[in-house]
Amino acid sequence: MAKPLPSSNPSQPAAKLPATTVAQRRGFMTEAGAIVLGAIVGLVPVLSGLAVFFDPLRRRNRASKFLRVASLDALPDDGVPRQFPVIAERVDAWNRSDEPIGAVYLRRSPGQEKPECLTATCPHAGCFVDYDEDSKTFKCPCHNSSFEPDGKVIEPSPSPRAMDTLQCEIKDEEILVKFQTFYSGKTEKVVKE
Amino acid sequence: MKALLDWLDDRTGIRDLAHEALFERIPGGSRWRYVWGSTLVFAFSVQVITGIFLWMCYSPSTQTAWESVYFIQNQMLGGWLLRGLHHFMAQAMVVLMALHLMQVVIDGAYRAPREVNFWLGLVLMQIVLGLSLTGYLLPWDQKGYWATRVATNLLSVVPLVGAPLQQLVVGGSDYGHHTLTRFFALHAGVLPGLLVVFLVLHVKLFRRHGICSKEPPKAADSLFWPDQVLKDAVACLAVLIVVLVMVVHPINLYYSHSGPISVSQLGAELGAPADPSNQYSAARPEWYFLFLFQFLKLFEGQGEQGELLGAVVIPMSVMGLLFLMPLIGRWQLGHRFNIGLLLILLAGVGLLTGAAVNEDYRARWTDSAEFVAIAAEVEKVGTDPDKIAAHFGNDQLQIAQYRQRLAALDKFEKSKDYLAAVESAEHEAERVVTLASSDAQIPVSGAVTLLRNDPKTQGPKIFARICGNCHTHRPPTDAALSEAAQAKISAPNLYGFASRAWIAGLLDPKQIVNENYFGKTSHKEGAMVGFVQETVPGLAPEEIQNTVAALSAEAELKSQSELDVRDEAAIVAGRKLIADGDRCASCHKFREAGELGSAPDLTGYGSREWLLGMISNPKHERYYRDDNDRMPAFAEHAGDSPQNRLSAHALGLVVDWLRGEWYEPPANEPVAEPVAM
Repeated sequence: MAKPLPSSNPSQPAAKLPATTVAQRRGFMTEAGAIVLGAIVGLVPVLSGLAVFFDPLRRRNRASKFLRVASLDALPDDGVPRQFPVIAERVDAWNRSDEPIGAVYLRRSPGQEKPECLTATCPHAGCFVDYDEDSKTFKCPCHNSSFEPDGKVIEPSPSPRAMDTLQCEIKDEEILVKFQTFYSGKTEKVVKE
Repeated sequence: MKALLDWLDDRTGIRDLAHEALFERIPGGSRWRYVWGSTLVFAFSVQVITGIFLWMCYSPSTQTAWESVYFIQNQMLGGWLLRGLHHFMAQAMVVLMALHLMQVVIDGAYRAPREVNFWLGLVLMQIVLGLSLTGYLLPWDQKGYWATRVATNLLSVVPLVGAPLQQLVVGGSDYGHHTLTRFFALHAGVLPGLLVVFLVLHVKLFRRHGICSKEPPKAADSLFWPDQVLKDAVACLAVLIVVLVMVVHPINLYYSHSGPISVSQLGAELGAPADPSNQYSAARPEWYFLFLFQFLKLFEGQGEQGELLGAVVIPMSVMGLLFLMPLIGRWQLGHRFNIGLLLILLAGVGLLTGAAVNEDYRARWTDSAEFVAIAAEVEKVGTDPDKIAAHFGNDQLQIAQYRQRLAALDKFEKSKDYLAAVESAEHEAERVVTLASSDAQIPVSGAVTLLRNDPKTQGPKIFARICGNCHTHRPPTDAALSEAAQAKISAPNLYGFASRAWIAGLLDPKQIVNENYFGKTSHKEGAMVGFVQETVPGLAPEEIQNTVAALSAEAELKSQSELDVRDEAAIVAGRKLIADGDRCASCHKFREAGELGSAPDLTGYGSREWLLGMISNPKHERYYRDDNDRMPAFAEHAGDSPQNRLSAHALGLVVDWLRGEWYEPPANEPVAEPVAM
């Protein structure tokens, strides 16, 4: 240190003025005024910024519709889950476009007409789950969760719940899926709105 | 000069400032162990400098983030060096931070009166980790996108405020423009600003208390300038050299790969552009967060509570413990406890990181031969508990050993899957750079559409999903398929469809009945097989060759364009043979000869238009009519009807891929292997 350890603080306390009632009262008014005005000029920009900052909380997923995912005869009734992209109108702030927004697994058991539908997003932390035909299980490549072909958790697993099912219906030989996303990491399946 | 300095000093007191900054007394003299703090300041300065220059070229939006980073990396002068420096210096900073923390704790430099400065240091550490977390997303490549998805999804396990918190961080309910703008504002504005404030306080307090030297001093006191500054500068140089080596180390590839390397391989990696619909199985956080990633795996089977513990409660408690160190250190054994705690934590981090790396890469350093026998055994015994028990006659020891083998095999397979995912991610990353570097460049809709419209990338995926249930697509020279895979295929191998080699095989009496052609279809007993087996052996070799060349020329394959020009005479001769009413044209239509109705049209055989029609509807009279064996119609309905199994877009991609029609840079044009003529 160029200087010895500071025993005296360089910023000296302000010298005390002779205390008179008037000066004290004026002093209080001045302090209060300075604080209030300071708060106002400071808060206006901060609050206007915060309003915009919190805007995303107002954004909601638009009511999810049933989306066409595949034609029925593209899905053999052999009980094997198959991956299909979900193409839908996607709104990203100022852009609106038709594009793949995610993927689902569809599966029809022998003799069954209506397929079961699982979202391809892992309910643990949101990675993309892979179906492994050799072991006939869904495998998540991130934290090793695995699931049965019907989506049930294979224990032990870090995943708190089974793969998320999606509502599915058949119309004019086409498979329609109500595509939704859910919060991951929770025991209960909660829709992201 | 002196007059000018005097004037300046009079107005600003600059001499005192400089004196204070440079002539700090160092009790016991300058030492190498005091350099860590300075190297951290140096690393941060490098990040500010390189970061500001990167900022000048970066554009945060989902259609421009990857694209601008690609442009910096691959097109701008020295961009790879700038990005590489920023990327690797960030990692150096984390390492230096760990060393700095270790040194402070071991030396007990957190004790009175330096507690507050220790806390400031821990805050700085959080800020640096925040910078690296936010920076990882900014290139908007698959790696950053999926890793950030995991990191932000974990926020939702925070009680009460989890969901809105996640929405605020992500900037909406889904990842997009506002995720990037927010992360960028944090990365380039808020966090560096905070870092500067806390760094100033940290250095100010450090100067106030002076260096925490060992008593009694071993040498005479010296001054910060120039003794310690020289040592600091040497240390900074060493850090810079290490970072530069990391930036240019892929140059080694030049020697191991035997080919020139491109700038896309130097410096920081850039994956394929983020695509939420494109599976990415190689998602991992940056290496210094791997321990947290691995830690989360320990909470298997504990559900939501386990996740909350692993992702939030325990990491926060450990941080809290670090904050308490100065207070703990006041007790007699406290300091030893702190050192022990830190070493245990670091060892834990090291072990978890090692475990994560080992899980992912074990297939690289284990001998796959030892798993062949296990795989065969598992195929026989299966994984069903009842079957296992029955197989081993309820012998618990044998069952337990079998389960161990099963687990080892599973781990090996997982690692193999991961390595394969990394490799395919690298291929996609390389491919998109190739496409973006073409004359067409990147469309306004972004680089992700380059890959979505690329037959070379999408073809194999669509084929596997749609065609691969019956057909194969593999060079006939590949190793034989497993029995299970053999049993699955029921239709011809489409590798090199309509090429000379493929047609030569079709006209070979032996090959036409194997599984690469009609072996597994009803056509095995059909008229074509009869014709090839009875008539072809009687033809002159030249006639066969000309027929092959002429029929293959109908496809107008890009890979054979030169051969087609070269062998024009043979092709003309071959066309006459095909049109001969006693040969092909007795059943097939070919140009003006023959008629539709009994066999597929050979006019334009294998061309884009022919294949589109064939896949759309093989029962059409131009193709197999009622003789069609199980091949579905993939686009029966006119136009791009949503009732079709395949969209026109997907159909076009798979046809182009089968025909080898995709963009390659001029030097890489595929050239057909010469076929004996």
